[in-house]
Amino acid sequence: MTTLFTILFDGVAYGMLLFVLACGLAVTLGLMNFVNLAHGAFAMTGGYICAVLVNNSGWPFFAALPLAFVSAAAIGVALERTLYRHLYTRSHLDQVLFTIGLTFMSVAAVDYIMGSSRIFIKLPAALEGQFDFFGVGIGRYRLMIIVICGLLTVALQLILAKTRFGSRLRAAVDDPRAASGLGINVPQVFAFTFAFGCGLAGLGGALSAEILGLDPYFPLKFMIYFLIVVTVGGSSSITGPFLASLLLGIGDVAGKYYVPKMGPFVIYTIMIVILIWRPNGLFGRAATR
Amino acid sequence: MSIRSHMLLAAGAVAGMLALAPAHAQETVKIGLILPMTGGQASTGKQIDNAVKLYMQQNGDTVAGKKIEVILKDDAAVPDNTKRLAQELIVNDKVNFIAGFGVTPAALAAAPLATQAKVPEIVMAAGTSIITERSPYIVRTSFTLAQSSTIIGDWAAKNGIKKVATLTSDYAPGNDALNFFKQNFTAGGGEIVEEVKVPLQNPDFAPFLQRMKDSKPDAVFVFVPAGQGGNFMKQYAERGLDKSGIRVIGPGDVMDDDLLNGMGDAALGTVTAHLYSAAHPSAANKEFVAAYKKAFGSRPGFMAVGGYDGIRLIYEALKKTGGKTDGDALIAAMKGMKWESPRGPISIDPETRDIVQNIYIRKVEKVDGELYNVEFATFEAVKDSGKTKK
Repeated sequence: MTTLFTILFDGVAYGMLLFVLACGLAVTLGLMNFVNLAHGAFAMTGGYICAVLVNNSGWPFFAALPLAFVSAAAIGVALERTLYRHLYTRSHLDQVLFTIGLTFMSVAAVDYIMGSSRIFIKLPAALEGQFDFFGVGIGRYRLMIIVICGLLTVALQLILAKTRFGSRLRAAVDDPRAASGLGINVPQVFAFTFAFGCGLAGLGGALSAEILGLDPYFPLKFMIYFLIVVTVGGSSSITGPFLASLLLGIGDVAGKYYVPKMGPFVIYTIMIVILIWRPNGLFGRAATR
Repeated sequence: MSIRSHMLLAAGAVAGMLALAPAHAQETVKIGLILPMTGGQASTGKQIDNAVKLYMQQNGDTVAGKKIEVILKDDAAVPDNTKRLAQELIVNDKVNFIAGFGVTPAALAAAPLATQAKVPEIVMAAGTSIITERSPYIVRTSFTLAQSSTIIGDWAAKNGIKKVATLTSDYAPGNDALNFFKQNFTAGGGEIVEEVKVPLQNPDFAPFLQRMKDSKPDAVFVFVPAGQGGNFMKQYAERGLDKSGIRVIGPGDVMDDDLLNGMGDAALGTVTAHLYSAAHPSAANKEFVAAYKKAFGSRPGFMAVGGYDGIRLIYEALKKTGGKTDGDALIAAMKGMKWESPRGPISIDPETRDIVQNIYIRKVEKVDGELYNVEFATFEAVKDSGKTKK
């Protein structure tokens, strides 16, 4: 019985991690209708920045985490202003080609600068190991992931639903022309949203180095996971991808534990079943666009 | 368009060969070095490339009156690339050796070309047993997985380890490692209580490790590709397996010197069987490690040693043939060759053209603040036991 809870706990942590990594993609894809396959590259950037700060410059881990967010967001803004902006109105194929090219460039660049071997971030001792909670093994690092990601999710949902910025964003997405007619600076809202999504990816990248491993191929290896989260969750809200991440995380971990022979297929089986049942994802709107 | 460009290319290549061939054919011995310099296996390629450069710096680039020229090509560990590059090297560049080969499929892809062109193929990295059986022109200076996996199986059975859970990556070398270990460990009276094969692209070991923990073995036998070992060890410690008295054993690939230091103290106490440790206490090795560190700023791993011995084998064979580059003569010269490598005494088995070497049982310990595999037992002159029986 306690094993079940440990598995559940690991699954939730894994799912939360997937969510932080992928929710930026849900935002750009769902809210801004832009296919950004280079999303993983921002995650990798955040991870490497955190690793360099902690390992080489001796920063404490918790100080480096926000910086991973900030720098990934800054790079996001720079690229959005110079490159992405021109592609908003282009076809999805153009967007895919552009962003996949960007991904390959990021892989080559990181390989060149940092080398191709896997790197780790030195963690503070307080985050290492596992403790027993009524017989359930709780990993300290995974617990931290759940806490950070849980808070982020709540904050995101509040921002989108309750703040003025959230309503501007939703207005800008629903009808950009009418929104700008009402005095909303649509490009600025998009740029900010894009940057925020990239920042979240950067944070996710820094957090995931310990669990998923960080190397220059990160954006390619995990692209499929991000896309699964967004397709299964539907891209019209934050709740969809969140529940999808949890479902996939728990499904993946439990599948690998209970039926290790079938382990790698579980996540894909879940995806196929859900997409047959609800082609627009769990919380997808019927295609109105 | 494409036909014309092909013709142009071909014409260019022919012209180039005509211009170059007569000038160089006599004085130069060319070695085509095919390595993964990009992609997931790039660390293997870099180590071998470094080691070859180091050997040539130390020993000069002339042997038996011939100048040695190394042509480095990157195959990114994709066998199709390997085959194409090997063909180009043999046909266009007229190389006298092809060498390198980061992974088994790459070594196999080049094998028919070596046979057809009678060009010696020196395998410096790939570790599946069958490789040397695929062409009479293949000689290996790295290792086979059978060598280290059978030895650790024997060792575990004799040293109080009765129940073992295995965790291996689901691909050819992983299955080789598992089968050879299982064969020798169960023959020695051990029992496998849990057997898990993890997908090659595995992001998170958590569920598999939980399974290991629940099966309560004396030790976990691990084989994962280089690079994933660090993740494995970290999660192994995170889950508290180290504290519950479950030891980690395996072939030494997991504890590659290249990565060992990044794994942290979780790796302490891990027992592996392998051909090389940077901490091998011989004068030859100390000199090698110091020179390598000075030249490239990092510690050499077993891949570097495979490359270092591979280029040395080429040098020695050329010395023996007096600079003659006939493929059959070179292979004959290599058979039975013996020398003292940084890893210890090694030789080339005259029957299988595979390497015969000592396998060491090592334990991860802290030496001068850094993690090293410290050798404490030696199995001498281990041959590859994985050849298909004849």
